[in-house]
Amino acid sequence: MAPAVSLRSAVALLGRFPALAGVDLDVEEGCVVAALGANGAGKTSLLQLLAGLLELRSGTASVLGCDLARERVEVRRRVGLLGHRLSFYADLTPAENLAFALRAARRDPSGASASLDRVGLTGRLASTPTRSLSAGQQRRMGLAWLHARRPALWLLDEPHAALDPQGRELCDALVDEAACGGATVVLTSHDEPRAASVADVVVTLAGGVVTDKRTGDRRHHVA
Amino acid sequence: MLRDAVLVAGKDLRIELRSRVLLWQVVPFGVLALILFALALGPAPSALRHGAPGLFWMAMLLASVLAASRSAGIEAEEGTRASVRLLGLDAGGVFLGKAAALFLELCILGAVLEVGLLVLFHVDGARLGAATPLAVLAVAGLAAVGTLYGALVAGTGVSSTLLPLLVLPALAPVLIAGERGTAAVLAGGGPGRWALVLAVMLVVYGALGVVLYGPLEETS
Repeated sequence: MAPAVSLRSAVALLGRFPALAGVDLDVEEGCVVAALGANGAGKTSLLQLLAGLLELRSGTASVLGCDLARERVEVRRRVGLLGHRLSFYADLTPAENLAFALRAARRDPSGASASLDRVGLTGRLASTPTRSLSAGQQRRMGLAWLHARRPALWLLDEPHAALDPQGRELCDALVDEAACGGATVVLTSHDEPRAASVADVVVTLAGGVVTDKRTGDRRHHVA
Repeated sequence: MLRDAVLVAGKDLRIELRSRVLLWQVVPFGVLALILFALALGPAPSALRHGAPGLFWMAMLLASVLAASRSAGIEAEEGTRASVRLLGLDAGGVFLGKAAALFLELCILGAVLEVGLLVLFHVDGARLGAATPLAVLAVAGLAAVGTLYGALVAGTGVSSTLLPLLVLPALAPVLIAGERGTAAVLAGGGPGRWALVLAVMLVVYGALGVVLYGPLEETS
């Protein structure tokens, strides 16, 4: 089986700065990978490259069987990214945002309410403009979007940030559910014990390259 | 493409209904500009009628830059832009949808300013009605140009100041053709070749928008 992610000497620039300076990484389908590293190590850039949002300048990169150099648009349709910043329209409610995103992705918008229920955004919260939600609630909304869309590759940039303990448990449960369902997950974190507990593989980045790779605490099982 | 255009237009209009930026900021700005223009011309009805077409289109132009900036600003947040790119929407459809929503908003603005022409500039109501189809054509051009340039400056971090600088020269033909055509109709004639100029501009900018919106979004 081809790996879900395969990077060889992958280089990506932010302006002129090499945010990724020759990354080598293979991720099996259904695997959860936690990427650790200090600020500026290249974790977010790695996720943006895998999402097709950052251009591959040199090296080779394949995501879900697509060549990142030539098929970035196709990759984008098949991945889901939970980024640092608000990813939604601030004036729309969570229910409206999810319905719009599902329609745009050619999915049934009726799935939005079930996903919002799953992350605890129910009742009044589902019909409150997103700008009025707390950072943690907006994070839950991002998780709801991934839950509803069910991408083949989940990319989570510090998913535990801003979440309360229940929210972190929920996030970990969703990651495990996704991986058990066959999706591949790459997440970044500064919380090494927590990230290792949900990951099959833990990699460390520094200076835009992978400097360490070890086994995580999660048992790898593919559906 | 059309499916995505309808989806995006509906989303932008829903956001406008929720935020009411058009109602509370853009329309009052346009009305204020028209009032100031009227005050500058003085009370003589003949001078007001003579200056009405040009000042109407100046007010439309200035207010439409605000509206275009707002339209582009809906996706200004970096996270939102990234998410939209991940949705797999057709870029041409996004352009058409955003331009259609902006067009409808500018039509409302134009209707309010036409009332201003009747009240402040003593313009003949029947002739103003006859000039409305030309105005609708010009407004469509404003929406197409504004949406395209909105994408051009998105992500620069200085879009609110850069957009007027870039878009006003591009909108000059709309101002000239709109003014000349409206003046001709208000004088009792037809819009003549000015309607054709506006139609050509709309087609050119519409086609450019459909083709270039995607690459512009990629580079922003």
